[in-house]
Amino acid sequence: MSDKPVISVKDLVVGFGDQIVLDRLSLEVRAGEILGVVGASGGGKSVLLRTIIGLLPKRHGTIEVLGVDQDKASEEQRRALERRWGVLFQQGALFSSLTVRQNVQFPMRENLDISQRLLDEMALAKLEMVGLTPLDADKFPAELSGGMTKRAALARALALDPEIVFLDEPTSGLDPIAAGDFDALIKTLQGTLGLTVFMVTHDLESLYTVCDRIAALADGRIVTVGSMETMLECTHPWVQTYFQGKRGGMLASRIGQLVT
Amino acid sequence: MASDVSLLTAKFENGRLELAAGGAWTAANAGALESLVDRVSADAARAKAVSIDMGGVREFDTFGAWLLERLTRSWRGAGRAASIVGMPEHDRSLLKEMSGVNLEPAPVLASDNALVTALAALGQGVIGFGRDLLTFANMLGAIGIAAARVLTRPRDFRFTSAVNQFDRVCWQAVPIILLITFLIGAIIAQQGIFHFRKFGAEMYAVDLVGILILREVGVLIVAIMVAGRSGSSYTAELGSMMMREEVDALRTMGFDPVEVLILPRVLVLIVALPVLTFLGSMAALYGGGLVAWLYGGMSPEIYISRLEEAISLTHFKVGMLKAPFMGLVIGVVACAEGLLVKGSAESLGLQTTASVVKSIFLVIVLDGLFAIFFASIGT
Repeated sequence: MSDKPVISVKDLVVGFGDQIVLDRLSLEVRAGEILGVVGASGGGKSVLLRTIIGLLPKRHGTIEVLGVDQDKASEEQRRALERRWGVLFQQGALFSSLTVRQNVQFPMRENLDISQRLLDEMALAKLEMVGLTPLDADKFPAELSGGMTKRAALARALALDPEIVFLDEPTSGLDPIAAGDFDALIKTLQGTLGLTVFMVTHDLESLYTVCDRIAALADGRIVTVGSMETMLECTHPWVQTYFQGKRGGMLASRIGQLVT
Repeated sequence: MASDVSLLTAKFENGRLELAAGGAWTAANAGALESLVDRVSADAARAKAVSIDMGGVREFDTFGAWLLERLTRSWRGAGRAASIVGMPEHDRSLLKEMSGVNLEPAPVLASDNALVTALAALGQGVIGFGRDLLTFANMLGAIGIAAARVLTRPRDFRFTSAVNQFDRVCWQAVPIILLITFLIGAIIAQQGIFHFRKFGAEMYAVDLVGILILREVGVLIVAIMVAGRSGSSYTAELGSMMMREEVDALRTMGFDPVEVLILPRVLVLIVALPVLTFLGSMAALYGGGLVAWLYGGMSPEIYISRLEEAISLTHFKVGMLKAPFMGLVIGVVACAEGLLVKGSAESLGLQTTASVVKSIFLVIVLDGLFAIFFASIGT
């Protein structure tokens, strides 16, 4: 893996009307790492993610993903780039009129020229990799539980073997056991598939267990990036409250006990 | 493709098949790779031993890993072992991951006899029709109960909601209703004059316009327009409320969704339809008069005096009497269909279509029943 960052955001400004959500934000994501982005609710985490994948317009700054500058890229290059990343939306965003299997096959069918047999086999393989059974494959999204929806959506995000996966609050709405399983799953997949993971999350457990680096977003910019230790040492008031507040503190002390 | 050659090359020596893989074993090449793998796996039937050299592979992803696994699995199934050499440790873990998937045979869906399927569909259709009628009767009953309850406690009626709905269903519908009925009136008058002229009976075109519009066409056109315009919006509104569990939330707070959401909407339709029918009929008569004057050369005075002779108050009453019932039918169907929406976007679309189709159908059936009724009481 090269040292060149896979995602590099410089001086990004995003706003709606008079409100500036992201103010001259800069961030780099390295190849093969899991980066967790934390921040207050409504603080612009999801806006950052949606801007990087091109769903929201930016006012200023540059975004470079896999060496392609979003502004300079032609339509063709952009579409090629979009095939190299997968996105897991917060609510799953599975197509409700297709079965789980068809959802996973959808990007493959559109982008690859392969036989129906291979399509079926690959869809089942992806579903089994994320921990679903062949029996779940013919269910419709409305029939799935929250955890299964997230898994199915992850399988779809991984359908084309992307290099980068964007996860928007992957563990929100899951019980702690399911959330823990999902974290472990992301870690395993990142290991076997060599993924780079960009994860927006609220879940402190996820941050502790799976993220290689954490970026804290406050006041519209990244106030600090680094390991959990860096977070705990950071003097920014919001970061301190977040990581040393009641819930963060409990986890931190527990981790401290485990270490000592 | 030029890269086909380098993806997988086979060498056959002394009953030993040696394969050399190269290039990118990734999703992008999966199509070409699959046909190569299938060809090789047929060749291997003649070989005693097989070895694959993966040293030349630059990129390797789950598609490549699965195809390799499929190849080795087919040989293992035939009792031949395959040795894989020259594979990086990292790719091996991916291959190991793939060796755990697709072990169970895919469930085979039984294909049915076409005749049986058609008969089953017919049967389900009949049962569905019966169930629809039950659903509508159920909704009608629920609305009746809610209305009775609101009558005893009039302060519980959602007056604000009703006014808001009235604005959307009636007031905002006026321009389009006026336009459409005006055109229909004009067309009926033109056709009447054109054909009656052959018998020198142009005057009777006015009878045709007056009776047809006041008794039948005015109310029917308005009901069909309202079913398409407001019925569909009721179904879509209530349907998306069902999808987002808003209706369940109301219920758990101790409110009756029928009383809060459905009763105001249906009552508004019952009030709005006569209003729109009246306005629509007037616009149609106006359109008819205009055509009679400009196309038929009949002065407005003559048109009006002829109209006075041709129509009686009874025709007007028959038309207006039907309007509130049509409003009730449209409201009941639209709300009942809205509550049938399940979790998916597709179901919302299906139910909205069903709502419009069924309410238009029922409106016409109801009109037929009224025609029989009025004929038998001699008006």
